[in-house]
Amino acid sequence: MLVALTEDQEFFRETTERFLVELVPPDALRALRDDAAGFDRAYWRRGAELGWTSFLVDEAHGGGSISGDGLVDLSLVAYEFGHHAAPGPLLPVNIVAGALSEHDAHAGVLAGLLAGEAVAAWCAPEPVFEVGAWRSGVTVRRDGDSYVLSGSVAPVEAAAESAHLLVTAADGDGLTQLLVPASAPGVEVTAMQSVDLTKRFGAVTFTGVVVGAGALVGEPGAAAGAVERQFLQALSVLNAEAVGAMQAAFDMTVEWGFDRYTFGRPLASYQAIKHRFADMLTWLEASHAISDAACAAVAAAAPGAFECSSAAKAYVGQYGADLVQDCVQIHGGIGVTFEHDLHLYLRRMTVDRSLFGTPAEHRRLVALHHMADLEGAA
Amino acid sequence: VSALRAEALEDSAAMEGLDAFRERARTWIEANLREATLEELRWARGTLSEAAELAQVARDRELQRMLFDAGLAGICFPKEYGGQGLTMAHQRVLNEELGSREFPMRYQVPTFSPCATVILEFGTHEQKLRHIPAILRGEELWMQFLSEPSGGSDVAGALTTAVRDGEQWVLNGSKVWTTGAWWSDWGLVLARTNWDVPKHRGLTVFMMPIHQDGIDVHRIEMLNGSHEFCQEFITDVVVPDGDRIGEVDDGWTVGTRWMFHERMLFNSPYVNNPVGRIRGGSNGSTVAMVAQELGKMDDPATQELVGEARMFELVAEQIHTRVGDSIRTGRRSDQAAAIGRLFHGMATSRSATIGLEVAGSSGAAWTGDGEAAAAAVNFLMRQVGSIGGGTTEMARNVISERVLGMPRERTLDRDVPFRDVPRSRPSSS
Repeated sequence: MLVALTEDQEFFRETTERFLVELVPPDALRALRDDAAGFDRAYWRRGAELGWTSFLVDEAHGGGSISGDGLVDLSLVAYEFGHHAAPGPLLPVNIVAGALSEHDAHAGVLAGLLAGEAVAAWCAPEPVFEVGAWRSGVTVRRDGDSYVLSGSVAPVEAAAESAHLLVTAADGDGLTQLLVPASAPGVEVTAMQSVDLTKRFGAVTFTGVVVGAGALVGEPGAAAGAVERQFLQALSVLNAEAVGAMQAAFDMTVEWGFDRYTFGRPLASYQAIKHRFADMLTWLEASHAISDAACAAVAAAAPGAFECSSAAKAYVGQYGADLVQDCVQIHGGIGVTFEHDLHLYLRRMTVDRSLFGTPAEHRRLVALHHMADLEGAA
Repeated sequence: VSALRAEALEDSAAMEGLDAFRERARTWIEANLREATLEELRWARGTLSEAAELAQVARDRELQRMLFDAGLAGICFPKEYGGQGLTMAHQRVLNEELGSREFPMRYQVPTFSPCATVILEFGTHEQKLRHIPAILRGEELWMQFLSEPSGGSDVAGALTTAVRDGEQWVLNGSKVWTTGAWWSDWGLVLARTNWDVPKHRGLTVFMMPIHQDGIDVHRIEMLNGSHEFCQEFITDVVVPDGDRIGEVDDGWTVGTRWMFHERMLFNSPYVNNPVGRIRGGSNGSTVAMVAQELGKMDDPATQELVGEARMFELVAEQIHTRVGDSIRTGRRSDQAAAIGRLFHGMATSRSATIGLEVAGSSGAAWTGDGEAAAAAVNFLMRQVGSIGGGTTEMARNVISERVLGMPRERTLDRDVPFRDVPRSRPSSS
């Protein structure tokens, strides 16, 4: 999280934090383990009232930001979500709402997302090793005035809980985005398993799903720019959330280091342990720094935004996971029990690390963009 | 909060705006500074011939004078002492505008910081007037006479001794790891002035000209063939009491801030850190060049390694900014500078290993002098980033004890007179 927030941002962050502490303490999270949706609809509506779903939406469409930089404000919520391992479809709802707002499409659906009444999911493509290129599991072909979708995507966050799916489909050489009702004939969602207690994922299959031109979000075949923006926004949310989880696990472990005595001394008095804490704090500060920088670059549509976002996802994914596992190690056996709270953050970190590209995949993407820059400069 | 920090934060309506400053800097830089060569960008290798090195030192003095005359020297130094009296934000703009142009890199560290910053913080008005404008005009290059052969990390265990003789002091001892002392003008010296008190309470800081009888400068050959580091032997060197910085026996107060400025070097408001600078050794750009030279960029394993090195480069920029901002805004203590220092060590070490991996068999034997050729030598020097400027082990102690407040390591030299503290046996080499 940023070193210095504006007064309004800090007020909003604190409000969100108090809300999460009150409504979804660790025991409430444990109780949601067997809940099909993983979150309570009334909780989500109240979160939407706080502004959780509005940041990527224009004011003209009923959205708005606190600082003028909606993505940065959203990253504050995402950070608190990580810091409290909070439930709710924060990432998919915001990405879809932002896309609908940007393309001035599906005003009714957008209003429902903003109000927290409805949930939507993004059937996202994956970047491939070529600047500006994507691989989608879904293809679309035009049939008169209709569009026919076929293929499958997984994992899709909150797929089963969503009334609508934003589908990024391959369309010849280009990409087309369509908003498809989850109830449309030929759409099938299969629930998937995950380590996170409250995030839910589905595998979505499209078998000859037919929608009209009204389903379009943006121009057909021309969605590459929008898809890149959505993808980078998703990375900003995931990185901020992962850093929140890292911070929570770290703070908890520092406290443990002072409180836990062994051989008559606190754990935090052993140099071997102290040096691990120093490494962890360095990884943590570096993760804060790079994820904030990437978020700001995406918000400003800066030239190096993709490279920086991939660097953030690669760094936070690798060192965040190592940090939380080190926290487990320093806790000892209690750190791998369901009773202790540490695993809430380990679970969230594990999922955030693996969504939208692993550290290894993003290291390659950093190289791709770096080499393109070097060639451009030469 | 130190006066320095307040100055760096100072802002007023009368101050030149950032946009106007950028415009002024850009116009001047485009008209006066050429693009640096790759060799210049990578000065840290320090393997130039003596004549070439001296030519570059002379050019650096000239460049510094040009910047001074253009009103672009000492951005955050007070106007009273020849600086511009501007802010860190202005310094960042200058760093961006300098990009990969030639600039007086030998002036930055340690001349501007920590040497000039220590004088600025602890010197008398007369001492500042005498040296800071001269430094900013390119007339004085400074070195830190801090480390000693008897111990690296334990700086307060200095054995170099200053004995008072009326209005002057007589210095004897040896200092080491001074970069380029053979072409520098002045040294900032930490010396022991009292052996009968615990080690931190018997130190004093002095300024002295390097080129004088009684100071023997020896150049040290490093594993990469560089001769940039020196060791000095100091024999009966007389320093007037007027060249003492701070109070007698209170040198550790000065020394603590001295080392803070040293750890801040990548994000100091007093130092130019042009964004296009290659900080020596292997990094994202040089590893990418190795891959290009060897035609390996289509290999996914190589891509991953190139991306990892570049990732460290991008994260490094951001963590130094974050740590610097945290300190300047008072959210963290000065001690947090050790976080940036530890990151630097971890990242440079890993990047050197990546460079060697991407170089393949060129890491064993090579022809020519491209980036692949440099990979093995960079690897030999890998640990420098974890040793120089205070080891990463010291940084880990500082972070855990001073930033996180964990219990201090037990020491045996804290409350005993320094003369009774056990010392290493003299080395036979």
